[in-house]
Amino acid sequence: MTAAAATAATTAGRVVTRERVLGVGYIVIAILMVVFLGGGIAGEESKFGLNVGPRPVIPLPDLVVPAQLTVYLLAGICAFAGVVQLLRAGVRWWAVLLGIVAVCLVAAFLTWAAAGRSMSLVGLMSQTLQRSVPIAFGAFSGLLCERSGVVNIAIEGMLLCGAFAAAVAASIAGNVWVGIAAAIVVGGFLGLLLAVLAIRYFVDQIIAGTVINIGAAGLTAFLSSKVLVALPDLNNPPRFLPDKIPGLGDIPIVGPILFTNSLFVYAMFVLILVIHLALFYTRYGLRVRAVGEHPIAAETVGIDVVRTRYINVVLGGMMAGFGGAYFTLGSTGSFDKGMTAGKGFIGLAAMIFGGWTPIGAFFASLIFGFADALQNRLSILNVGIPSEVLLMVPYIVTIAVVAGLVGRVRMPAADGKPFRRE
Amino acid sequence: MRLELHGITKRFPGVVANEGVDLVVEPGQIHALLGENGAGKSTLMNVLYGLYRPDEGEIRLDGKVRTFRDPGDAIAAGIGMVHQHFMLVPVFTVTENIMLGVESTRGRTGFLDYKTARSRIVEVSERHGLHVDPDARVEDLPVGVRQRVEIIKTLYRKADVLILDEPTAVLTPQEDEELFEIMRSLARAGTSIIFITHKLNEVLEIADTITVLRRGKVVGSTRPADTNQGELAAMMVGRSIKLVVDKGPAAPTEPVLSISGLSVRDDRGHLAVDSLDLDVRAGEIVAVAGVQGNGQTELIEAITGLRAPLSGSVRIAGSEVRAAPRKVFEAGVAHVPEDRLEEGLIPGFTVAENLILNTYYLEPYAKGLRVQRDAIVATAGELVDQYDIRTPSMFNDVGNLSGGNQQKVIVAREFSRPIKLLVASQPTRGLDVGSIEYIHKRIVEKRDEGVAVLIASTELDEVLALGDRIAVMYQGRIVGILDPSEATPERLGLLMGGAQLADAIGVMPPAGPRPPDAGSAGVAPSAGGGAR
Ligand SMILES: Nc1ncnc2c1ncn2[C@@H]1O[C@H](COP(=O)(O)OP(=O)(O)OP(=O)(O)O)[C@@H](O)[C@H]1O
Ligand SMILES: [Mg+2]
Repeated sequence: MTAAAATAATTAGRVVTRERVLGVGYIVIAILMVVFLGGGIAGEESKFGLNVGPRPVIPLPDLVVPAQLTVYLLAGICAFAGVVQLLRAGVRWWAVLLGIVAVCLVAAFLTWAAAGRSMSLVGLMSQTLQRSVPIAFGAFSGLLCERSGVVNIAIEGMLLCGAFAAAVAASIAGNVWVGIAAAIVVGGFLGLLLAVLAIRYFVDQIIAGTVINIGAAGLTAFLSSKVLVALPDLNNPPRFLPDKIPGLGDIPIVGPILFTNSLFVYAMFVLILVIHLALFYTRYGLRVRAVGEHPIAAETVGIDVVRTRYINVVLGGMMAGFGGAYFTLGSTGSFDKGMTAGKGFIGLAAMIFGGWTPIGAFFASLIFGFADALQNRLSILNVGIPSEVLLMVPYIVTIAVVAGLVGRVRMPAADGKPFRRE
Repeated sequence: MRLELHGITKRFPGVVANEGVDLVVEPGQIHALLGENGAGKSTLMNVLYGLYRPDEGEIRLDGKVRTFRDPGDAIAAGIGMVHQHFMLVPVFTVTENIMLGVESTRGRTGFLDYKTARSRIVEVSERHGLHVDPDARVEDLPVGVRQRVEIIKTLYRKADVLILDEPTAVLTPQEDEELFEIMRSLARAGTSIIFITHKLNEVLEIADTITVLRRGKVVGSTRPADTNQGELAAMMVGRSIKLVVDKGPAAPTEPVLSISGLSVRDDRGHLAVDSLDLDVRAGEIVAVAGVQGNGQTELIEAITGLRAPLSGSVRIAGSEVRAAPRKVFEAGVAHVPEDRLEEGLIPGFTVAENLILNTYYLEPYAKGLRVQRDAIVATAGELVDQYDIRTPSMFNDVGNLSGGNQQKVIVAREFSRPIKLLVASQPTRGLDVGSIEYIHKRIVEKRDEGVAVLIASTELDEVLALGDRIAVMYQGRIVGILDPSEATPERLGLLMGGAQLADAIGVMPPAGPRPPDAGSAGVAPSAGGGAR
């Protein structure tokens, strides 16, 4: 049985290497936390606000913690996680440990940033949710298309056109709902364009998407500088304001985060559920997934592959158009050229990170939304380090997580592959 | 249901795949369709199934003319087809694959009703003795079970005409027998079956009627009672065929391939090859027999540098193999892989490009950074002629060639350069008798030139026809090496099923009668060889 022994040794060898890297990494992170985050905040306190708005029904006291001690404590947890990892407490626990380390790192960072100041924790969470809206819509758009086998990298352009159309239509009509409808129609139209190029004319899907992105950026920039500047009334839409759901909205912490939002956030929650059920529990979803995995097999059982793809790409376009309306009707209240700032591409990353599932994509969007919200908070707090640099921390955490996922997430097998009959 | 095809013609750019084909299948009949690779069998069936539209001709069901715009129409008309390449979604469960297209839903909500679908599947599979776990994922199932899923899929749709396009190419002999039982019981129940295969003994065993296609046309029809393997082979190919290779005794010299203590893991991390030792000498053919999935694939991958071994060593002509396929090629190893479309060819590339896939960077095909088109075309032209590769031109997509001709492209590429070791996995899977004869002859020729040859095959007849030494592989180990004189299908069958060498040799005299339970791996002689 020498061979079996050798086998075991080699197996162990490989796993040990990986676990060591992670374990040592956690301990290094803990040391960095102590040195860089814990170093200059001796004796300070970090104050986290738990209330939002002028007169909460049930007011909560602020959460006040000693800054340095908290950072040291969190660093200790990280170091402990590293030791556990090194001692091979169990191969299965690595993802949990990674998650713990990520959370500790973020918490320590916030403690450091709030040292000697006050930061509204609930406000940060609420903003995270709002900032994740366009990303999540972009991710839903991407996954609707890719589940049927068409790569959609035109999400960015669709968001942008949706934002523009919503602003103009809502301004003209003086009605937000008209703006939403226009955004959905324009997004759907771009989806149709992508579908025709990719499905009918077999244009490379990446190129077709890029063409749409460039076209959308150019067209909206042109129209906004030529038309909207000249006629500012066209760029002054009404906005969706946050609606507090009676009762639920008054619950401390949860209320302001989840139940005091604009239409977009509520729509996002509904869509997570709807897409999840449609994709995984209905006949439509089963067929869509079959088309995205093995279109020829789908065809041999009588499914119309081309039609399925058309429908999904148009739906994906409508989804992105809807998400685009958030920028003008849910957020700023007017259109600026290039205002989507890459959210469509981040949405694509969220879709991949989320494993092409709506629930996963939503949580991935939250991570990116958190990064966005954090940037915003930090520039208000004025922490002394350029916020762009600080911002890298959550992204690095994300990259670490994604790197850990490599080979685990699986894309639809026929994603991006054109389908030809005969 | 009575099925009639009348004057079916189907043309592809540069090829007439079917030309005026007539075919009648009576209810409850098992109708075998024979023909060389590229004769147009799959094309004809795809026309019948609505995947291709015929250029001429008509389809009649029970006397009524039908046109199928897509497979949905054909399914609705009661036609079911098990394709040459499985049409299953790997990440779906058995239930999802079977109900796809004819889903059970809860009322009119569109929500899937797994419970109803599952119970119908269980009912269908029990009625026909086709056992599957409805909740298993298809990608986790062995090919034999996937085959069963495909058949249940057609039965679930209540097919009256069942098309089986080379269903036995990937099955073990035992699975073949199971399939035949199912076919017989379906036919008894009135289903018409069209059965495509290259294994002539199977045809004689199971068919009621045989139709032979050659180059797109029907060249004859007959019944098993009125014919024999030699006659069928001649009808298919248009000349008489030797079903067993002529082969003198081997004159082995020094070892070219030395494997010692080799252990290899499969994709799922299980030990697939377990401290294996084997030598292959120049001038001999070592045939590795075994039921599929006993480590042959991983063994070959380790030899050709496609998979890093866990431990042990593989030496070719004295130097150690590292996982670097190009180094292995350059050391003089030819590899005919098991899955031609996955590992042997690049579908989407032309025939010519595929013919120089492992030499494209060398003179005369490349000079500096430039590809030498003329040299490539010249070589490809020669190889296409010499190996009789049937293609409209060398610039056609290799993916559109018939399976047999794809295999010839690989053989032509691998055999046309100077080699010391030939490693081939299932070298004749899916090939017609003419091509098998041809490839076997080439392999023996290579041996006689002093090449060391290692062949892995699940076909006992191929192993018996080619091997100078026969190594039986079971659960990752070589459980016995037999001389062809002492190897009988019975003994091999026993060893392949896990019996001890001593038992296999001891219990059974070489020419002894076949015991009723001769080994679970199946012992029925199959394929073109040996039976005469
Ligand atoms: N989609 C296609 N485009 C172009 N030519 C094709 C296509 N499909 C098949 N052909 C050609 O039509 C002919 C018949 O092919 P077909 O696949 O029907 O043969 P077959 O009898 O099934 O062979 P095999 O036994 O190898 O499976 C071949 O010459 C093949 O090259
Ligand atoms: Mg075929």
